[in-house]
Amino acid sequence: MSSPCRNPDRWAAAAQLLPFALVAVLAVASTNASAQQDAAPAAQHGPNEVFVTGLFPNGGTPPPKDPIGARFEGNNLAIAAGKQLFGEMNCTGCHFNGGGGMGPALMSGHWRYGGRIDQIYASIAQGRPNGMPSWQDSLQPQQMWDLAAYVKSLSAPAPSSASQIAEPGTRVKP
Amino acid sequence: MMTLAIEHSKFLRLLLTGASLFFFPALAAAEMPTPPASAAPSDDGQWTMPAKDYAATRYSSLDEINGANVSHLQVAFAFSTGVDHGQEAAPIVANHTMFIVTPYPNIVFALDLTKPGAPIKWSYHPRPAAASQGVACCDVVNRGATYSDGKLFFNTLDDNTIALDAETGKELWKTKLGDINTGETITMAPLVVKGKVLVGDSGGELGVRGWLAALDDTTGKILWRAYATGPDKDVLIGPRFRSFYASDNGSDLGVKTWPTDAWKTGGGTMWGWIAYDPDLNLIYYGTGNPGPWNQEQRPGDNKWTTTLFARDPDTGAAKWALQYNPHDEHDYDGINEQILVDMTVDGNPRRVLLHPDRNGHLYMVDRESGEIISAKPYGHVNSVLRIDLKTGRPVMNPDKLTKIGTVVHDICPTASGLKDWNPSAYSPSTGLMYIPHENLCMDWKSKPVSYIAGTPFVGAEVVTKAGPGGNRGEFTAWDPVEGKAVWTIKEDLPLWSGTMATAGGLVFYGTMDGWFKAVDAKTGELKWQFRTGSGIIGQPVAYRGPDGHEYVAILSGVGGWAGAIVAGDLDPQDPTGALGMNGVMADLKTKTAAGGTLYVFTLPKS
Repeated sequence: MSSPCRNPDRWAAAAQLLPFALVAVLAVASTNASAQQDAAPAAQHGPNEVFVTGLFPNGGTPPPKDPIGARFEGNNLAIAAGKQLFGEMNCTGCHFNGGGGMGPALMSGHWRYGGRIDQIYASIAQGRPNGMPSWQDSLQPQQMWDLAAYVKSLSAPAPSSASQIAEPGTRVKP
Repeated sequence: MMTLAIEHSKFLRLLLTGASLFFFPALAAAEMPTPPASAAPSDDGQWTMPAKDYAATRYSSLDEINGANVSHLQVAFAFSTGVDHGQEAAPIVANHTMFIVTPYPNIVFALDLTKPGAPIKWSYHPRPAAASQGVACCDVVNRGATYSDGKLFFNTLDDNTIALDAETGKELWKTKLGDINTGETITMAPLVVKGKVLVGDSGGELGVRGWLAALDDTTGKILWRAYATGPDKDVLIGPRFRSFYASDNGSDLGVKTWPTDAWKTGGGTMWGWIAYDPDLNLIYYGTGNPGPWNQEQRPGDNKWTTTLFARDPDTGAAKWALQYNPHDEHDYDGINEQILVDMTVDGNPRRVLLHPDRNGHLYMVDRESGEIISAKPYGHVNSVLRIDLKTGRPVMNPDKLTKIGTVVHDICPTASGLKDWNPSAYSPSTGLMYIPHENLCMDWKSKPVSYIAGTPFVGAEVVTKAGPGGNRGEFTAWDPVEGKAVWTIKEDLPLWSGTMATAGGLVFYGTMDGWFKAVDAKTGELKWQFRTGSGIIGQPVAYRGPDGHEYVAILSGVGGWAGAIVAGDLDPQDPTGALGMNGVMADLKTKTAAGGTLYVFTLPKS
């Protein structure tokens, strides 16, 4: 697991959250103050804070980003290949062109199991409990990364042409 | 949006019929279609099966609530099911207990009607496999339970039929009938006939092979299973099988009318309604669409998909079959209800069934022979030009046939049909059939599709839109004697709820934005409406409570195919979503929210 200081994404997120964090600190401080006045702390023998957020238990963070994902995300060749597979593997039967049906919508920006490309890859590979099949025995990793790239693109803002340079030689070792 | 068109001559005729009934009761009785008494016995004030009786009338002879007092109707009690997906089930009432079954996870609640506020008597949690949600084509609905002889029978989305002791909720037996890994689910309400629980499967959009099975109501043992495709021995077609039309006769048509082995993944599921004629000892039901939707992958008639079967309930043996839509290419399932009535046709008494098909035609079929006596459109149709009564087959409009790579525009009705599963009612007091239905058309583009077990086997991209006039729903009162609509109520949203008629001269139905309505059974005039918590796609029922008074019940909670955009939080940016329903239903998210609440109404205590 990478430490927060070495992860620029997390620094950016932390910076955005700074004002809220300050408010929270002040709130905690005022709570502590009143608790001291009342001499009756809420939790005498346990932690006074627990994690209640996130996709992962115990406040855990997602596994580190799989660096392979960056080679597929926004890659027009991968997206085109993924789109074709999305039809051929009957993904369209449940998710249609992203609006969803039997399966959830993929273009709304709301992700049950994480919206990073490597998290989408994991959902495709492993399957999910409400009926998403597992594809890791039927498809090669390259194909699942292509699918993930297409799925990711469905909710992405319209891509700028400059950043979408195809990488014809992109391959993944199984 | 709601307008009303009444044909005045019909109204006059009804009044005259009323007068002649007074002076010449025998004559009038001969004119008015009547459900056979064996299939629609005198009303005991209960509602033990979703269709009310074997004739599937959905008619209550209770008349305490009527046109004069319905405006005073008020909520007696409400009950949250705790499940906010499409509530398609009919509340079932027996022995002063109400039974409701929820969408997945298919919880059964028994409510004690003898106590104030109808508290929970017991509940039963079958805990179906979560993955079954992912192979249910059109929301995770359940169309209800059935009560018979002290037991309650219902199906789970993950392919189990379960019998409970109705008094205690104790599980008596549980029989697994299918496998969700093949895309098979069960959503229909079982029917109990002669000690047999009749159950069919869902999954016509996943290449599931359809069947109807009979289970022993005491043990749960499977007594017979009749497939909709395959060799005659699987379809239970034997030497006594004789259909009225030539193309429905022949050996092993369930194999020969398909490309090699395509019948194995060819659909024909049975997720709708069954009627039973005790005098003829025949059950009647229709099968679903062929798979895949892309018709070019399955040349041939594709028997026995979209087919009406008459079977002996004791053995399952087919007596005759009538394929409504040979080689269907628009997803026109044949699973809609059959209402049994006896009536005079051209001076001769006939035993008939009335079936509003997805293809937009109201079929009147002889129950003994399978002959189509008439088949007339009950709304806007352009895909079928007419039904040829000599061959029994639809004459298709060549401009609306589907092809790979071509978008065929404005096919009416749309894939969900002029009417989908939501059942009609028949009132013997007005002689009218009440049909809640849709007014939707579609653009269709076929494309090749591969069969991958457990995934959709469709091969078509569909975009649904409103039909002529812009109103997406219609409520039509149909005169079976004249063979035409008497009045039609236009509704903004598609009608996905069932309906019920009462001896109080009222007809009840609900709208997808949550209005529960009572209209005058003769004129269609709106007499009362109540805004429930969510859209209504359920089936209204009426019963006599322990206090001797009439109650009307409905489940509110939007969903189903047309309501999947709300129940599944789908994205309206993609109009092809939900098998083409997303675009035309985009505004539903602004008109209602998901829910799941039972409402029971009665008159104020005087």
